[in-house]
Amino acid sequence: MSDVRDDAPSYVSKDSDVQTSEAQGGEGTVWGHTVAIMRPREELYAYWRDFANLATFMENIVSVDVADATRSHWTVKGPNGNYEWDSVVTEERPGELIAWEAQGDIKNSGRVEFRDGPPGHGTHVRAVLAYDPPGGLIGKAIATLTQKEPQTSSRRDLRRFKQLMETGEIATTTPPNREPHS
Amino acid sequence: MRALTWHGKHDVRMETVPDPEILNPRDAIIKITSTAICGSDLHLYDAYIPTLQKGDILGHEFMGEVMDVGPKSTLKKGQRVVVPFTISCGSCFHCSKQQYSACDNGNPAENQDLGQELYGEPMSGLFGYTHLTGGYPGGQAEYVRVPFSDVGPIVIPDGMPDDDVLFLSDILPTGWMAAENAMIEPGDTVAVWGCGPVGLFAVQAAFKMGAHRVIAIDHFPHRLELAAGFGALTINFEQTDTYEALMEFTGGIGPDAVIDAVGLEAHGFFADNVVDQIKASTFLGTDRPHALRQAIVACRKGGRVSVPGVYGGFIDKFPFGALMEKGLTVKTGQTHVQKYLPQLLEMIGNKELDTTFLISHRLPLEQAAEGYRMFKNEQDTCTKVVLKPGLELA
Ligand SMILES: NC(=O)c1ccc[n+]([C@@H]2O[C@H](COP(=O)([O-])OP(=O)(O)OC[C@H]3O[C@@H](n4cnc5c(N)ncnc54)[C@H](O)[C@@H]3O)[C@@H](O)[C@H]2O)c1
Ligand SMILES: [Zn+2]
Ligand SMILES: [Zn+2]
Repeated sequence: MSDVRDDAPSYVSKDSDVQTSEAQGGEGTVWGHTVAIMRPREELYAYWRDFANLATFMENIVSVDVADATRSHWTVKGPNGNYEWDSVVTEERPGELIAWEAQGDIKNSGRVEFRDGPPGHGTHVRAVLAYDPPGGLIGKAIATLTQKEPQTSSRRDLRRFKQLMETGEIATTTPPNREPHS
Repeated sequence: MRALTWHGKHDVRMETVPDPEILNPRDAIIKITSTAICGSDLHLYDAYIPTLQKGDILGHEFMGEVMDVGPKSTLKKGQRVVVPFTISCGSCFHCSKQQYSACDNGNPAENQDLGQELYGEPMSGLFGYTHLTGGYPGGQAEYVRVPFSDVGPIVIPDGMPDDDVLFLSDILPTGWMAAENAMIEPGDTVAVWGCGPVGLFAVQAAFKMGAHRVIAIDHFPHRLELAAGFGALTINFEQTDTYEALMEFTGGIGPDAVIDAVGLEAHGFFADNVVDQIKASTFLGTDRPHALRQAIVACRKGGRVSVPGVYGGFIDKFPFGALMEKGLTVKTGQTHVQKYLPQLLEMIGNKELDTTFLISHRLPLEQAAEGYRMFKNEQDTCTKVVLKPGLELA
């Protein structure tokens, strides 16, 4: 096999070393996904860059308190109470890219890129999240809380971001199987 | 409020359930004045489509009066509206192309996973259908919550009766889009499988779009008569070999366009259909595509195949060779209802389109379960059931 890679993002690689190569802090699990959103790049960037907004569409985040231009304090749901950590922005290019990394024991990092899609196809938002190895703290916590893979949960978060940006609201239904009281 | 709920195969019940509430800024609450039972509801009634849950409220063809609005709704209390069965945001990529039934944002994120796995893309939101399409409570009820009420509902002018406009919610635009997807050219012969509401509106629409001849295929004499009333030639597939008859009508070249308005529960004692029934009953297959197979085989070379009929899963023995070797074009999909509403409302107002001929039964909402039974078991004469909350039977 040749060493030359194709043009696909590393996180969809079938080779596990390539698959995790975008982890910033050496985390063992990398999840990435791209979603097309029909809003201008700058607007999407600005909403995401204010980390306090993340709690509006990420189901496991309780709150993110912004400390200063680069530091924020994250509170995330866990099965036996919340997890907390401080996170620092490691790279930013307005309208294009934000990368952040957690400080301390609970290893995780994230990166989101905003690129113009083909003409008429909106902005391509590509999120890459990295966390501890499979079976590690965060993965387990998300799986226990939501009964699903962390990847599934993150993909839903990105869909909610798209809904909020494109429609101003997040689609929901009344509990479908609430008990009829006849 | 009172609502019709699903509990399993051939088990639907009127129950008292909590009233709907405004949940999002663009929502509205509609007080139902008329709602209909659809062939798509029969697929749920017959438990052919998965992911329904006990207690789900059915119904996706409805209209009524605006009772309450969220801060971003453009509707006003008291307005009369018909609501499309497709829940569409109006601002995603697909909505911007008027492909409303492909809307990215109508379906809650947590209901999108299965569709993504099954179809490669999540389904959009539909009222009163399955949890693949959002699990939205439907309109066979006294009240319903309508998301994106600034995009979907069309306001009905005073003086137009419910019965004239109710079918704008689904089957009229569905028949219209079926004919549009047939890309009809002058001189065309168009064959329509199924003379249910969708097929009958497709017959009318095909003539409006310039079809020279329309051939309607079914086995129910009364339904075939209704098609003949619009000028269609008829084939009763129980009496006649459909393929041979189509070849005779077209000098051996086949219809220029074919429309499958039957969907996944084809009737008839055909070898492939019997095998499909056994497979479906033992879960080896999901859909019974007899009409679709026949339509593809009968279509002329270079012709067009339009499929408004609903399919949900996998099809066995699909004649893909015939499709490829004859160079056919296939167009299908859930209807982009919003796209057609203004034009069709105007045509109804001008009496260019007749919709009321279809209604065979008007029942109080309380008798909805009886309506399902009739629409299922007395298909020949029971062409469309309209339910009205509070209707007093004379
Ligand atoms: N694409 C959409 O958005 C959309 C919207 C509404 C309905 N639909 C679908 O359209 C289809 C028709 O709906 P409907 O309300 O008219 O249903 P319906 O059940 O009233 O009518 C179906 C008709 O097909 C006939 N039929 C059955 N087997 C046949 C065969 N082998 N050959 C010819 N005719 C046959 C039946 O006798 C019946 O008259 C359903 O699958 C429904 O789910 C699709
Ligand atoms: Zn319908
Ligand atoms: Zn949309």
